[in-house]
Amino acid sequence: MIELRDVAYNYGGGDLLSEITLKLPPASFHFLTGPSGAGKSTLLKLCYGELLASAGSVRIFDQEASEMDRDAVALARRRIGVVHQDCQFLDHLPLVENVGLPLTVSGRDAASKAENLQDLLSWVGLTDRARALPPSLSGGERQRAALARAIITSPDVILADEPTGNVDWEMSLRLLSLLVELNKMGKTILIATHDLNLIRSAKSQVNARVLRIKNRRLQLAGADL
Amino acid sequence: MKRWLDILKAGFSGDPQSDRVVPPTGYSAWLIVFTSGAMAFLAVFALALSLAAGRLADRWGAELARTSTVRISAPESQVAAQTKAAINVLTTTPGIASARALTQDEQAALLEPWLGADLPIGSLPIPQLIEVVETDRGYDAEGLRLRLSAEVPGAFLDDHTRWRRPLISAADRLRSLGLFSILLIGLATGAMVTLAANAALAANAQIIRVMRLVGARDVYIARAFVRRFTMRTLAGAAIGTIGAMVAIALLPTASANGGFLTGLGFVGAHWLWPLLIPILAAVAAFWATRTAALRTLKRLT
Repeated sequence: MIELRDVAYNYGGGDLLSEITLKLPPASFHFLTGPSGAGKSTLLKLCYGELLASAGSVRIFDQEASEMDRDAVALARRRIGVVHQDCQFLDHLPLVENVGLPLTVSGRDAASKAENLQDLLSWVGLTDRARALPPSLSGGERQRAALARAIITSPDVILADEPTGNVDWEMSLRLLSLLVELNKMGKTILIATHDLNLIRSAKSQVNARVLRIKNRRLQLAGADL
Repeated sequence: MKRWLDILKAGFSGDPQSDRVVPPTGYSAWLIVFTSGAMAFLAVFALALSLAAGRLADRWGAELARTSTVRISAPESQVAAQTKAAINVLTTTPGIASARALTQDEQAALLEPWLGADLPIGSLPIPQLIEVVETDRGYDAEGLRLRLSAEVPGAFLDDHTRWRRPLISAADRLRSLGLFSILLIGLATGAMVTLAANAALAANAQIIRVMRLVGARDVYIARAFVRRFTMRTLAGAAIGTIGAMVAIALLPTASANGGFLTGLGFVGAHWLWPLLIPILAAVAAFWATRTAALRTLKRLT
């Protein structure tokens, strides 16, 4: 689905990432960990075409990212659900419209949209907050709404950047269980996090591969967790 | 052509929900409506000026083309004989359709604007005028002057050319100036909309990032801005156009025979021309916003 081979990324002041090789096969579950500033978010952005690698090859759904035009990137993103740490929303639109935004931009009809939305809001426990504006939501509600928006089109891959960064432990476990459930439905999951407790909790539920960015390179980090 | 029509059609069709992704912009929306209204108002006046100048040039051209005047200045006892001789020369000159001496009443009517209605023309030493109408081919003015000087010593041929040409040229230039003004107003409207669209896009960078994140194509995002700016420009231009048309309708009567100032308006079907201005303004806004939006989207994300 998404494959990085010998990828380097340079912000202009030296390499942030170097010799990164990563393959995300269908229905796999990955954690990406490492200290703040190690390049976790950058690696995720490379995976959904937000950034282009300075060297190496990034293939997104069998297309070379550097050769994709802007429309091709947009179409690929409809197959990738992204959850950001800061959960960006359109603050002037109610939650239900924000969650339904991926359906709106992909031109789905109103009936299927409404059905999907109601099911999904119920699944993430936000039915009663459907008409609320994003600024009035709590951190946990925003995280759940961001997850709902990321999965509403039933994407093949879900990339989550610190999805539990702003929520308490109980809510973290709830979000994790949602992601585990999605993985069991065949979705590929990659979660960037520095929350080792979350990773330990997930490993008891799903066969997850844990990767760590250290000294600009990607390592398998399962043994010490 | 079909491609452009498809782009225009796509710009105004699709999911109206896409309009809602851009938040309301408050007073800046009214600035676009006001500015496009003012531009349309000026454009209608420029159009009226251009059409009036065009009518004037056409009228002068039509009235003065193919007509000439022969003036007989001779002692009173010879006027009749020289007039007869001149008409004889004129009617036998190739390229002249007709020639006739003006009556005293007609000559008095020509002088009336300067000397008044009660002019005793018979008591004044006024030259006899002969009206000459040319055929389509026209005549050799220099050859006719030579013949007249040889056969009618008191005759002087005035073919109107020396003063007709600069007047028609001036009217033509005024018409061109009016059309050029409309072009400038159109470009200024496009520039104004581009600036406003750029500002709106920059102010909504966060929204654009979210839209791109969820898989929106550039044309989808641009459409939301394009529709909004195009509709505001159309509304403003429509108001400005109607206002200007009312103002022009209230000007003194614009008749085909009126002078330039009283003729500054629209006549007959010309009243339909200003209705194109809001449409052209909307098209200019559409292209300006679309170009600005697609360019800015590439830069922002």
